[in-house]
Amino acid sequence: MSPPGRPKGEFRSAEHEGTLMSAGLGKWEMDELRLVVGAMVILSLATGLLVVMPYMLLKDVPPPAGLKPYTPVQLQGRQVYIANGCVYCHSQQPRDIAQAPDALRGWGRASVAADYAYDTPHLLGTMRTGPDLLNIGARQPSRDWHLGHLYAPRAYTPGSIMPAYPFLFELREGAARPGEVVVNLPPKWALPGQVVVAKPEALALVEYLISLDRTYPALKPLPTAISGSN
Amino acid sequence: MDLTVSVLLATFITSVLALFVFIASMAKGLFGSGGAAAVQIFDEDELGTVEDPAATRAQRGNLQQAMDPSHARTQRSAQEVATRLRADQSSSLVVGVCLTMAVVWLVLASVAGLVASIKLHAPDWWVSQAWLTFGRIRPIHLNLVAYGWCSMAGIGVALWLIPRLLKTELVGARYAMVGAALWALGVAAGTVALALGYSDGLEWLEYPWQIDILLVIGGALVGFPLWLTLLRRRVAHLYVSVWYIGAGLLWFPILFLVANWPGLHFGVQQATMNWWFGHNVLGLWFTPLALAASYYFIPKVLGKPIHSYNLSLLGFWSLAFFYSQVGGHHLIGGPVPSWLITISIVQSMMMVVPVLAVAINQHFTVLGNFRALLYSPTLRFIVLGAMFYTAASVQGSLQALRSVNTVTHFTHYTVAHAHLGLYGFYTMVMFGSIYFIMPRVMKWEWPYPRMISAHFWLVVSGFAVYFVGLSFGGWYQGLAMLNKDIPFMNSMTLTLPYLQARSVGGALMTLGHLVFAAHFFMMGWKFGPRRLGAALLKTRFASGAYATAAAPQPALSANTRGGAP
Repeated sequence: MSPPGRPKGEFRSAEHEGTLMSAGLGKWEMDELRLVVGAMVILSLATGLLVVMPYMLLKDVPPPAGLKPYTPVQLQGRQVYIANGCVYCHSQQPRDIAQAPDALRGWGRASVAADYAYDTPHLLGTMRTGPDLLNIGARQPSRDWHLGHLYAPRAYTPGSIMPAYPFLFELREGAARPGEVVVNLPPKWALPGQVVVAKPEALALVEYLISLDRTYPALKPLPTAISGSN
Repeated sequence: MDLTVSVLLATFITSVLALFVFIASMAKGLFGSGGAAAVQIFDEDELGTVEDPAATRAQRGNLQQAMDPSHARTQRSAQEVATRLRADQSSSLVVGVCLTMAVVWLVLASVAGLVASIKLHAPDWWVSQAWLTFGRIRPIHLNLVAYGWCSMAGIGVALWLIPRLLKTELVGARYAMVGAALWALGVAAGTVALALGYSDGLEWLEYPWQIDILLVIGGALVGFPLWLTLLRRRVAHLYVSVWYIGAGLLWFPILFLVANWPGLHFGVQQATMNWWFGHNVLGLWFTPLALAASYYFIPKVLGKPIHSYNLSLLGFWSLAFFYSQVGGHHLIGGPVPSWLITISIVQSMMMVVPVLAVAINQHFTVLGNFRALLYSPTLRFIVLGAMFYTAASVQGSLQALRSVNTVTHFTHYTVAHAHLGLYGFYTMVMFGSIYFIMPRVMKWEWPYPRMISAHFWLVVSGFAVYFVGLSFGGWYQGLAMLNKDIPFMNSMTLTLPYLQARSVGGALMTLGHLVFAAHFFMMGWKFGPRRLGAALLKTRFASGAYATAAAPQPALSANTRGGAP
């Protein structure tokens, strides 16, 4: 009995006959081997370059002295940032002044790998529908501003297309309870007889935003650091 | 020597050497079988015979006349018809299930995309519910498109192609059924998770890793039948489509597993990994599936082999090599090692090689036969898709150049480019493939040919508005962002009319998808809901007695035991 993979006569055509005869069993089973081995070698090469090499080069980069680890509340806020997809409109990676005027817009110096020592998952972002936020805490440290801006972005930035986040707040008739944080909206936007109370998610998010401050001096850029260590 | 420079130099030299080795070995047939494989997708005497199950009888006649009138009455042997029938039957259940789910995801994904698009120029619309906020509905759209529609459609088409390409029955379809079910469960669970705010936070990798396990296992399982069927293949050579499908089915589970491994990646390294994955899921998963389909359907519909078979294999290997290393161009200007970016830019430019190989092959095969597009619904979608592939790839290479990228990075231009690839190319090819496949799966013709035309013109016009609008808007946005004298706010406000245009285009595309989905399910309703189930069941259980299940379509219901077709 022929092996299961062997071509059966009934499926040969005149055109296939010649190649079939010259091919022989060993040769045509090579196709599968080539496919699997080739595909794997190529993938490992790419993975080596784009995943493993950065891993080895970056895993021992020390956090800069000026960078503090996130507090538990800031980490919660970071989760709120992730859950509501802020990253789809805001990058966190100012570019070098030679490439783009990011620094002139007050977004800060070009960031380096060490600036992200505590940033997992990374939130570098790919869009700037809104401004870069890596240094928003240095640029806008006011909690009141951030809370109000999240509740009613257009009250603070006319023409903004940032969505409002009413679900991070509660509308309350009368006064707020003790310990609650009331959002101070501009007079034109305030609702008579009602107060806007920030939910814990909103407070945590603002804590995170205010913590975004990489204005300390950058470490030496990576390639120099490596060649120096060689 | 400086490590950076040596890595860079080594990669460049390896790339160029690899290219020469490829070309040299191609001449000797070392990387796969030679030209004989090109005609392997045809039966004896079938060259010159057109095939498009989506065409009406009149269209098919015209198509044959346009291509090769002398073959109009070719009689194929009963045995060949029976073999093809058996191949089609063996996959029909699992293919039907995959494609049905794909169409459902497509509709949901389009609606999510449209809502996200409108939200960008109507920011106070539907804001009270957290799950409807832009930052949640956008990843829901992307993931439904990528893992719902595109992956499910691609898997369905691949599973249908495998037995046809290997001229045998699909072995182990039940593994693929289980795999597709796990996959669908993963997509559904992932969508709900994102709506509730559970996200891993990385673009293209948002689904929580616990849910990703379903996609890794499901993805590996849908690949099983290919390897089992390969053991029983009755063809001497592997046609180029098999290379693409086989490699894609190997690559995806590995990519997805490595990318989602919890606790492994950190900080900037995670960003490079993110775009290693983000670009590889396009280059090593979606692109191979769609190229496999177009390499089969274009020659099959026309009844003539592809222009150059060796070129197609060169295209395959160079695509795998260069495409897998381009991811870093998403981080140009970012805080990542500069050698990595440079490698990715170089490889992005090298992508011209596989793109030209595919372009020459597919366009030259069609060249001189453009009348066929008038008559074949399948071809209309796939040839347009192939043209968009060339366009998207060339655009992608240019966009990786530092000077161009400086303008387009962080803007809607990139979004338009992404849609040129995944919609203009991939989705169009899948539409065409589904039009070809479903009549074979359902044993029923498309009930209303006009709905195919309506679908085509709606999505093409909608996509034209989408792409042109967003590309210009994105480019102006980028220029404004680079100009230090223009306030940042203006770079956003100037995009508003273009964002509105995108919503108009997106609405037309969504409408087209609704027409498509309605037509798709009408095809099923022709049988009535219960008969659809029965017909599908029969093909699964009656492995020998196809005649009963195949009865509705006279042209193919030839008695497998010897009746002439």
